[in-house]
Amino acid sequence: MVPGSPAAQSPAPDGAFFLAPALPHPMTVREKAQVLDDTALDRALTRIAHEIVEQAGGEGVALVGIKTRGVTLAERIAEKIAAIEGARPPVGALDITLYRDDLRLKAEQPVVRGTEIPFPLKGRTVVLVDDVLFTGRTIRAAMDAVMDLGRPRIIRLAVLIDRGHRELPIRPDYIGKNLPTSRRETVAVMLREHDGVDRVVIQEPTDP
Amino acid sequence: MGWKRKDLLSLQDLETAEIQDVLDTADSMREIATRDIKKVPTLRGKTVVNLFYEASTRTRTSFEIAGKWLSADVVNFSASSSSAEKGESLLDTAKNIEAMSPDVVVVRHKASGAPALLARHLRCAVVNAGDGAHEHPTQGLLDLLTIRQKKGHLEGLSVAIVGDIAHSRVARSDIHGMRKMGMTVTVAGPPTLIPPACQELGVKVSHRLEEAIAHADVIMMLRLQHERMESGLIPSLREYSRIWGLSLDKLKHCRPDVLLMHPGPVNRGVELSPEVADSQYSVILDQVSNGVAVRMAVLYLLAGSQAA
Repeated sequence: MVPGSPAAQSPAPDGAFFLAPALPHPMTVREKAQVLDDTALDRALTRIAHEIVEQAGGEGVALVGIKTRGVTLAERIAEKIAAIEGARPPVGALDITLYRDDLRLKAEQPVVRGTEIPFPLKGRTVVLVDDVLFTGRTIRAAMDAVMDLGRPRIIRLAVLIDRGHRELPIRPDYIGKNLPTSRRETVAVMLREHDGVDRVVIQEPTDP
Repeated sequence: MGWKRKDLLSLQDLETAEIQDVLDTADSMREIATRDIKKVPTLRGKTVVNLFYEASTRTRTSFEIAGKWLSADVVNFSASSSSAEKGESLLDTAKNIEAMSPDVVVVRHKASGAPALLARHLRCAVVNAGDGAHEHPTQGLLDLLTIRQKKGHLEGLSVAIVGDIAHSRVARSDIHGMRKMGMTVTVAGPPTLIPPACQELGVKVSHRLEEAIAHADVIMMLRLQHERMESGLIPSLREYSRIWGLSLDKLKHCRPDVLLMHPGPVNRGVELSPEVADSQYSVILDQVSNGVAVRMAVLYLLAGSQAA
C-alpha cells in the first residue's frame, strides 16, 4: 500500500486500510472491473510460493508481511511453502507507520499498529509481502524498518498486485499479477479473513 | 479515531476514546524497547524541549528517552540553572524558547495551571508533566497501561488509592482516567490528607487501610512527602507508617492477584515495607517501562497533530 497517496485503497469493512481515514474527504467509488477471483488469487499465491522455494530453496527463508493484508498473504504463502517443502517458514508482521516519509503532511497521525517479528532476521532471506505495490514508498519504509531489526542476508519483495506508477527505484521479485492502472483508480484487495471474500477489483471515483 | 488536540494538559479533559487511543498507540511502542537498535525515525527533525521548574529525574529522563527513541532532538531546560533564577517570568522564558521553534514543550511546574497558561500562549504542543496538585496526565496514562497489560482490561476493576490524596497530582489524574475507563476508585488516607469534597470526583472515601484494600484489584500507594509532617498534617512518620504503610501482613487479606503500584520515588519503610515493594504483587518497575511507551505515544500523537 501507499502512504500519502490520494489514490489509496478503498475503506474496507473492518477499517483495516490505515490510509482510508487520512483522505481529505470520503471518496465515492464504483467498481470498474474484477481482476482476480478466489481461484485466480489462490493460484497466484501458489505460484509465488513455488518461486520463493525455487529461488531460495526454502532454507533460511522468513516471510514478513506488511500490515494489514500483507500479513494475511504472508501467512497463506507460508502454508503453501509448508505443503511444498514440509517446513513452514516463520512469519512476522511489520507496521511501517513509524517509518513513513509523509507524517508531517497529514492532518492527523496514522494509527500505529505494532510490529511482531518473534525471530532473528540476521543472516536470513527475508521476503517482504504486501498486497499492492504502487509508488514503492511503503517498501522503502519497510526496508528501513527491517534493517533496524537486524541484518538479513537478502531482502526480496513479493506482491499480489503490481499496479505501476513507481516513485522510487524499487522492483518486486515475485508478482501475483501485473495490473496497469491509472492514478485516479484504486485497487482493492479483499481477503476472506478481513472482508469475507477473496477477490481483487479496480475501483474508480464516481465524480468526474 | 484520530488525535485532534494541540496539547495534553489533563486526563479530566480527555474523552474515553482518546485515552484508549493513547493506550493502544503506547502498546505498539512497547516493542521498540526490546530491540537491539532502539530508535525509529518517526520524529526526525522535530524538537522537544523539557522545561522543568521542579526537580524530577524519572519523568524528565522518561520524556528524554521517549523523544530520543523516536529520533526527536530533546533539549533539557532546568529552572535551577536558568533564567528563572535571574527573575525572568515563566511566560517570557516560554516565549524565548518558542522563538527557537520547538515542536513540543514538556512542562513541569509547582503552580497548578502553569502548562495550561503556556498552552494558550504558545503555538507548539504543550505536555503537562506535572503541575502543582493539579494533574500528571502521562503518569495517569502509564498507570492505566500497566493495569490493562496485567489484567487484560480496565472496565469493572476496583482500585484503592492510598495516602496523601490532597496534595497528589498523580491521584487526580488517576481518578479522572480510571473513572472514564469504567473503574471503581476508593481513596484512603488520614482525614487531613483527603480533600473535603472528594466524592464529587466519583470516588468512595475510606479512613481505614484494611477496609479500602480488602477487595481491590489494584492498590496504588502514594508517596508521603516529608513536608506534610512538618506542616502538622500527620503526627509522625512512624505513626503514619504503622497505620497507613503497607506491610506483607496487611497484604495477606487482599485478593491473591492484587497489583501493587506506586508512582515513585518510593519511601521504603514509610508507605511501603521493603518486602512489599519487592514482592510478586509489585508492578512498580513495569510502570517505569510503560512510562517511556506512553510518552512516546504522546509525543507521536502531538507532534503530528498540527492543529496550531
